[in-house]
Amino acid sequence: MRCFIGIDLGSTTTKAVVMDENLQVMGRGITNSRSNYDTAAAVSKQEALIDTRLTLFRRALSNVSEVSGQVDGILSDLERNFRHVQFLEQLDDLEQTCVANIKGPRFAGREKAVIEALEGTFSRLRDSSAKQYAPGVKRKSDFFRDLAGAEFMSHGEAVCKEAGLGFDLILNVYDKSIIEVENRPPAGDMEGKFVRALEKGTMTGSSILKPVQEALAIPLEETYVVGTGYGRVRLPFPKEHIRSEILCHGLGAHMMYPDTRTVLDIGGQDTKGIQVDPVGIVENFQMNDRCAAGCGRYLGYIADEMNMGLHELGPLAMNSTKQVRINSTCTVFAGAELRDRLALGEKREDILAGLHRAIILRAMSILSRAGGVKDQFTFTGGVAKNEAAVRELRKLIKENYGDVTINIDPDSIYTGALGGATFAVRAVVN
Amino acid sequence: MSKPEAVKEPSMEMQKAMIARNYDAITSKHETGRKVSSTFVPGNLNELLMCFDIVNNLPEINAIQAGMRKASGGYIMEAEKSGHSEDVCTYVKADIGQMSKGNIAPNGKPYPNPDVLMLSYTGCYTFMKWFELLREEYKCPTLMLHVPYEGDGHSTKNMRDYIVKQLKEVVIPGLEQVSGVKFDIDRLRQYLRNSAKAEDNLVWCLEQGKKKPSPIDAYFGGVYYIGPIFTAFRGTEDAVTYYEMLRKEVQNRVDAKQGPLTPEGTYFNDQKYRLIVEGPPNWTNFREFWKMFYDEGAVVVASSYTKVGGLYDQGFRHDPDNPLESLADYCLGCYTNLNLPTRVDLLAKYVEEYEADGLLINSIKSCNSFSAGQLMIMKEVERRTGRPGAFIETDLVDPRYFSAANVKNRLESYFQMIEQKRRGGGSKTVAA
Repeated sequence: MRCFIGIDLGSTTTKAVVMDENLQVMGRGITNSRSNYDTAAAVSKQEALIDTRLTLFRRALSNVSEVSGQVDGILSDLERNFRHVQFLEQLDDLEQTCVANIKGPRFAGREKAVIEALEGTFSRLRDSSAKQYAPGVKRKSDFFRDLAGAEFMSHGEAVCKEAGLGFDLILNVYDKSIIEVENRPPAGDMEGKFVRALEKGTMTGSSILKPVQEALAIPLEETYVVGTGYGRVRLPFPKEHIRSEILCHGLGAHMMYPDTRTVLDIGGQDTKGIQVDPVGIVENFQMNDRCAAGCGRYLGYIADEMNMGLHELGPLAMNSTKQVRINSTCTVFAGAELRDRLALGEKREDILAGLHRAIILRAMSILSRAGGVKDQFTFTGGVAKNEAAVRELRKLIKENYGDVTINIDPDSIYTGALGGATFAVRAVVN
Repeated sequence: MSKPEAVKEPSMEMQKAMIARNYDAITSKHETGRKVSSTFVPGNLNELLMCFDIVNNLPEINAIQAGMRKASGGYIMEAEKSGHSEDVCTYVKADIGQMSKGNIAPNGKPYPNPDVLMLSYTGCYTFMKWFELLREEYKCPTLMLHVPYEGDGHSTKNMRDYIVKQLKEVVIPGLEQVSGVKFDIDRLRQYLRNSAKAEDNLVWCLEQGKKKPSPIDAYFGGVYYIGPIFTAFRGTEDAVTYYEMLRKEVQNRVDAKQGPLTPEGTYFNDQKYRLIVEGPPNWTNFREFWKMFYDEGAVVVASSYTKVGGLYDQGFRHDPDNPLESLADYCLGCYTNLNLPTRVDLLAKYVEEYEADGLLINSIKSCNSFSAGQLMIMKEVERRTGRPGAFIETDLVDPRYFSAANVKNRLESYFQMIEQKRRGGGSKTVAA
């Protein structure tokens, strides 16, 4: 199968979308950009290809009458097992890297004991990993660092205690090694991992196994890759494979909602107001200047200041009964303004509601500079997932531009990568 | 590794030598006994100053020089320490900051105090405040030539008479007093004759931007082309020679069907996008900024900044037969003195006449005079021409305001947008 891939190297996350030549989205993948765009591009691409396999499996199974109604369950089982295989593979890599990093005066004379403690810890990690990937268990994160890290802490501490060894010794080795492992492009044997996942699972019936194996045998041929996002210049692609994210977001939004005329993208570092024509071509755009005030990262700072998770801000702001006016969208001043309001006795939820409004007011200014909001209007980027921001946006759009249709896709984070993949198809097919 | 030197054409070398000579003339004031005036670029009275043997020093140009030598950042910080706000014109702050850092000219010698401040301001009211600050510092006389703003989009006989009256009653007597030289109108006529000759050749060069490939870059290259005529050399024999030389260079490129030279020394022939640019350039990252254009195949075929000191391409010439009247017309017709509808007319005309792909605006963060109304200009030019506009934001000489990634992102988006429209056929940009 010819695969057309769009990779959006954002400042916070890197996204990839795989399309077939009929412009059908086959798979999506995401990873944290972790300041290493090469790896982030490789990981997100592989994740999208894994997702593509799952789409192919779904297609194959949809023709098997014996499993009608059970396809979702079968596929989630397969994915779960696949992720487990993948996790174990990375765990092996992490263990080897840890062992290789035991050197220097810190470990002098204690190497053997540290290696033994590590072996014990990793052995327990491998055993307990099955629990993380058991049916029905919701994993806390999609990222290896988070999943392996939490378990390493609890097992490592217990193992060291039993061995009478300082936990900081293996923790130090872990800290050093996890970055190396995380920044290593993943091993490419995706098919092999699926085979192992199939073996682990319960899909022994030939009516299921055969179509899945056939789908697995379809080669995924990387026909054309288009890179976008701030990290795009880091990609080892020729120039014609690079598109600016403004065009990609415009086209991506058009692919999701063909009647879209105005697109607002609030990303980590920048906010863009884009006007597109009926065929998805960008007609005009405005974006914030070098100052990232009012962009997604602003919420990140606020979350840190409040000692909360980013995803908790929106729901808390939704509880607000009174809006506090926040004057500054400056990311650097955000903490000061927040503490100032708290000191004045304002409630956290009311302050947060004000902060969300401040972000959207700034976005409204960028939109108006780009030529206003036209029906239909599509909101993309990470902040589109935040219900409090969406609430303010809806309110302000209605006040300023009347009843325009507002589209927010659950997969809006992939809009730029989707546009990139569409460009990739067009580059070859048209 | 040191940065490669910019490739210079013979005309650039000549200009460099002319500028160096002028700095030497300014800084050797005490040895030569010549008087020095400080004045501004748009609407300057260089020929008149020459009639009194006065050397022309231009604080704006000094700020640009500091910007290109990466010294302006420190000067601006120095000015901010003395209380000038972050948003104030960075030409002003570079100049003020330079004063408090010893006021050293590019030739390494200190600037002498000016003997007179020749304030002929066109459009920019910051100029007035700038010279108030300088007057406070130097305690020297200020001769103010008030140039009425062309609010209705054209000048009137009254406006011209008003300027001529000021020249006769205030400026000329004032310059006689400062210099001790008696005004000789025939001397002025001769200088104006030289100016007109140079202006003819400049206009010829700028209009070659209509050719494909364009043999000039009318923005980045353009700032070199306008150097002598907008500063201390208009009216001189040197300027006449310079523009003859420039014309020959451009003619050679036209004959060879070649584009302009890039600073890397290659002919820029592969021109994919033709742009009209509005607004001053960024000086602190000038070469980096320029590279973002030619790397993408974008050549500027006409710009408004090359008209900041006079719209010669619209027919104006200094006139030896009507010397004072033509100085008045010159001041009135500078780009900065035009109202917004007139600027829109001019830019839309350029887009059509130079067959450009669209209008790009470089909005200057610290220049209210240039930046106010620019988005309106862009949208109006888009509406009239049907060709897309784009907007970037940088600064004159404040390095803190130049964000390469941001500018590059917008430029690349714009060029790709033009490309996409060509391929996709696209719908008309903005409904009329």
